[in-house]
Amino acid sequence: MSLWAIQLLNGISFGMLLFLLSAGLTLTFGLMNILNLTHGSYYLLGGYIGLTVARATGNFVLAALAGSLAVGVIGILTQRGLLNKFGRDEMGQILITFGLLFLFGDLALWAWGGTPRTIPKPPLFEGSFPVGEVMFPTYRLFLVGIGAATALFLWWFQEGTRVGAQVRASVDDAEMSEGVSVNVPLVMTGVFALGAVLAGAAGVFGGPLVGVYPGADFEVLLLAFVVVIVGGIGSLKGALVGALVVGLLDTFGRAFMPELSLFAIFAPMAIILLVRPAGLLPRS
Amino acid sequence: MKTILLIAALVALAILALLPQVLPTYYVGLVIRVLIFAIFAMSLDLLMGYVGLPSLGHSAFLGVAAYGAGIWSVRVGNDFLLSLSFGLGLALAAAAIFGVLVLRARGPQFLMLTLALSQVLWGIAFKWKPVTGGDDGLPGIPRPVLGLPWDLSGPTGYYYFTLVFFLAAAVLMYLIVRSPFGHSLEGIRETETRMSALGYNVWLHQYIAFLIAGFFAGLAGVLLAYYNGFVSPTELHVVTSAKVFLMVVLGGAGTLFGPFLGAAVIVLMENVISGFTERWLSIMGLLYVVVVVFAPAGIYGFVRSSLRRWIPA
Repeated sequence: MSLWAIQLLNGISFGMLLFLLSAGLTLTFGLMNILNLTHGSYYLLGGYIGLTVARATGNFVLAALAGSLAVGVIGILTQRGLLNKFGRDEMGQILITFGLLFLFGDLALWAWGGTPRTIPKPPLFEGSFPVGEVMFPTYRLFLVGIGAATALFLWWFQEGTRVGAQVRASVDDAEMSEGVSVNVPLVMTGVFALGAVLAGAAGVFGGPLVGVYPGADFEVLLLAFVVVIVGGIGSLKGALVGALVVGLLDTFGRAFMPELSLFAIFAPMAIILLVRPAGLLPRS
Repeated sequence: MKTILLIAALVALAILALLPQVLPTYYVGLVIRVLIFAIFAMSLDLLMGYVGLPSLGHSAFLGVAAYGAGIWSVRVGNDFLLSLSFGLGLALAAAAIFGVLVLRARGPQFLMLTLALSQVLWGIAFKWKPVTGGDDGLPGIPRPVLGLPWDLSGPTGYYYFTLVFFLAAAVLMYLIVRSPFGHSLEGIRETETRMSALGYNVWLHQYIAFLIAGFFAGLAGVLLAYYNGFVSPTELHVVTSAKVFLMVVLGGAGTLFGPFLGAAVIVLMENVISGFTERWLSIMGLLYVVVVVFAPAGIYGFVRSSLRRWIPA
């Protein structure tokens, strides 16, 4: 019984990490119509930068800030320097982000080497607490908190703030919004940066749990894809539901059929795709 | 223009036929790789350039066919026709299943799905050690023994073997894109709704094109498995999909000849650059950006539009 409870908690905490990862992908796609394949690199770079800062300062909060903000800057540079030159050329944008995915992955391999690394947990969440007869790490509970807080923040930001309203207005009608003096390019860059920051943060928060290693960029990109396909691309609520579904499926799959764990995610994805091609909670 | 093209084709054919007689052995091997990747790139161009379905997971079909032919030759028996059929059969089966799933999606979702599904196959090849050899790959694939006057174990023999398949594949793909079927594919690419209103079964056209593309990618996979004598999960990895995608974009999608050029440029470049630095993937990544920014129509598109200015069509 407690084994099931542990797996359930594991699945939820991994799902929350996946939400952090996928929220940015779905935001940039839903609001800007950019499928950002560099999203995997953001996770990887966030993790590595966080690792370096954590090793140097021993401070997890600093590591999280440095990892996510540095990646945010990379995101801004990419969007301002390259992507917005291809305003309507969807394919051009996708190709650029695809190229950057390989460039960043290879540069990270060069800078940090090929050995898998883990980021030390923050001391406050190093311990574990008993669930029945088994111990459950506090850090995973911390992840659930981070994920839930991010979901609430994003919801409040989108629905409850003036900037959120400007974002929605810019997406619905860029010209009209310009007319009522919304700085649409700035808003778009902001959204893009927010997506990158979230992915960078996911890299740091995932560091103690799954580690950072070459190839992690492709793995998390794939998971983020499955999350947004299952949940419905472009919707935050969909990303949350999709992330939890994928997190649970992956965790239980690994526990009960380790050799075929990929099927645990992809078979349900294929079924959802056949039954509900737009995902569980498509953007209205 | 027609005669110029015909003469050019004949000259190219003569050069291809004579290459191993003049080139040192090492370079013959390189040209074999060019021909194999040219088949692979042209098969992706059928999808990208003619149907308008840019797949980021085309490595799936190359990879399963390579594993199919390799596993059959190593574990069942070195019978070329059976290995080839098994490899191509697996590629077709994968295309048949993936086609049903991915053709429901359009645009970015299509890209995501093709990439995701090919990564699943990569994951299977990586983990299913008893069958695929896992991470270590599948070594010791013997070259086919066909009872032909030429021996396939050396580069020259295998070069002519590959050349025959390359020419057959190129001619077949050319005939397909020039056929009424090929023209309706282009029609679908340009305006799906109108073609559908005209009574074309859009889905079926796309599905058949997907199968054809999978088939030819599979042929490239079988040739590659025999050439290397080895199959590894890399054949199924996104890196391989990205490489062939770049070949098509760099050469010029929708031209068939462009992807052949693209394949030649990328294979040669990778070979030269890997001799100097380990940062080939960085350079490949940069190339993507450079092509999109400076030559969105690809090399062939660039050359053709400059030629048109000089030679009236």
